[in-house]
Amino acid sequence: MSAAAGTERPMRSRRPAIERPGHEAVATKGWLRAHKWLLMRRLSQALILAAFLAGPWLGLWIVKGNLSSSLTLDFLPLTDPYLLLQSIAAGQWPYREALLGAGIVLAFYLLAGGRVYCSWVCPMNIVTDAAAWLRRRLGLKGGKVPSAHTRYWLLGLTLIAAAATGSLAWEWVNPVSMLHRGLIFGFGLSWGIVLAVFLYDLLIASRGWCGHVCPMGAFYGLLGSRSLLRVSAGRRTECNDCMDCFAVCPEPQVIRPALKAAGQSHPLILDKDCTNCGRCIDVCSKNVFRLTTRIDRSES
Amino acid sequence: MNTRRPASAEPDRPIQPRRRFLKEMAGAAGGACLLSMGVGMIASEASARPATALRPPGALAEPDFLAACVRCGLCVRDCPFDTLKLAELGDNVATGTPYFDARAVPCEMCEDIPCVAACPTAALDRDLTDIGQARMGLAVLIDQETCLNFLGLRCDVCYRVCPVIDKAITLELVHNPRSDRHAMLLPTVHSDACTGCGKCEHACVLPEAAIKVLPHRLAQGKSAAHYRKGWEEKERAGGSLIGEQTQLPMRGLEDRNYGDTRVAPDYRPATPDGGLDSGWKP
Repeated sequence: MSAAAGTERPMRSRRPAIERPGHEAVATKGWLRAHKWLLMRRLSQALILAAFLAGPWLGLWIVKGNLSSSLTLDFLPLTDPYLLLQSIAAGQWPYREALLGAGIVLAFYLLAGGRVYCSWVCPMNIVTDAAAWLRRRLGLKGGKVPSAHTRYWLLGLTLIAAAATGSLAWEWVNPVSMLHRGLIFGFGLSWGIVLAVFLYDLLIASRGWCGHVCPMGAFYGLLGSRSLLRVSAGRRTECNDCMDCFAVCPEPQVIRPALKAAGQSHPLILDKDCTNCGRCIDVCSKNVFRLTTRIDRSES
Repeated sequence: MNTRRPASAEPDRPIQPRRRFLKEMAGAAGGACLLSMGVGMIASEASARPATALRPPGALAEPDFLAACVRCGLCVRDCPFDTLKLAELGDNVATGTPYFDARAVPCEMCEDIPCVAACPTAALDRDLTDIGQARMGLAVLIDQETCLNFLGLRCDVCYRVCPVIDKAITLELVHNPRSDRHAMLLPTVHSDACTGCGKCEHACVLPEAAIKVLPHRLAQGKSAAHYRKGWEEKERAGGSLIGEQTQLPMRGLEDRNYGDTRVAPDYRPATPDGGLDSGWKP
């Protein structure tokens, strides 16, 4: 550790961008505009959580239940389609509310981009973003990152495990649903699993959980692979190769094809792994990126 | 030969990425396999739940329940008495599934069964419309050594609080062999009426309840399918199925009913001087 910190010092003076990405953007655009999407995203996460917590904390029952399945204003059912899929794989057919709820959620993410769930809704995002931020600030390198395909394998295998055991096997350990349920209904010992994810992302694998392991993210990624809402590197001719977008992006591999026209001609980020978090839009001092639709292939 | 030349000119290029890809895939598949197998094993291992953790009314049989329940907690939210709670990791009940501990807070048996109405996934079966038909467990008077009624007192609390009083719990009058002159009124549970709400367990006055609601699996035996009760068969058939039996005379008992082997049928115990017939009137 001390050896790593020793080699880190000269690095910091040479390339501050890696540890403080977005520095330039703050200087040119101002702090607020350089954090616009991040703030909106945190606001979205906080508001969703607040809506769930207003009931148990203040007695204001806006939303009952949790992200697995909920009822908003005693009227709108919403159900996590991945969870419902596991339940169906385990051999149980749900009531109409759950199917309707899952249908509404499916329709939304089909349009908005599946991994919008990951970056705008999922409470685990705050944990792993914190781990990624701390890892960057501490200059931690190395570790062992599993293949990014692991999540798709795990997605398939969680469904097979559900069918084989006839129960929601993944829900025994799923840190994502456990964190949200814990916040609303009480943690028990499950904070330990959340801490494990934080430490895994911090010490072992950079962006390991959300970017490589989480089968829920994989499910939503597949769901949104043809989504309408997309980030475009429309003004990519302005790019000055500062690498800030790569440093902050939770799925850095999705940027290159659009920004550097590698394997595609248009500037749209169409990779299903992109979470539409908009952080690249924030940190770019040259305003290369913008949120648009997949039809918009214009450059400028 | 010509077509193969480009490949042999760069022998490593097309192979190495593929090999790395395969290796990566194998690693990912292997890791995911291990993880999900572990999870599957935990799931099957941990699906046993403590006997005192009762499921809400209308819950499917445990294996089906664990497949159908999405751990959303809507039943918990709609329980007006805060009976239900969601299991937290470490409660030894499948994490996130609803249960209640009858000794702490029993089920109040709401007539509209709001918990069942709230469940979106059929883990709580909506075919249950009469809460009297719920079978959350079965009360068992598990400790006859400490139960006050078994000691000859008239506690009766479990009987009095039972929402299905006189059907699910009755008081059975039995001679008290210890005093030889009192009755014991024994709380007796009937499985055809007990819903397993747990009000009896909750109300038991002892520091540790003598009556407990247990899962049916623990509380009940099961008769073999081919067993017949002679007296039931006889009643159904309107007479003995094997015809009248030859009754051999027994020497010395000729004028008695068949099977009456009492030595002195006319015997009455001597009236004691005090005790029951002391003449005292309240």
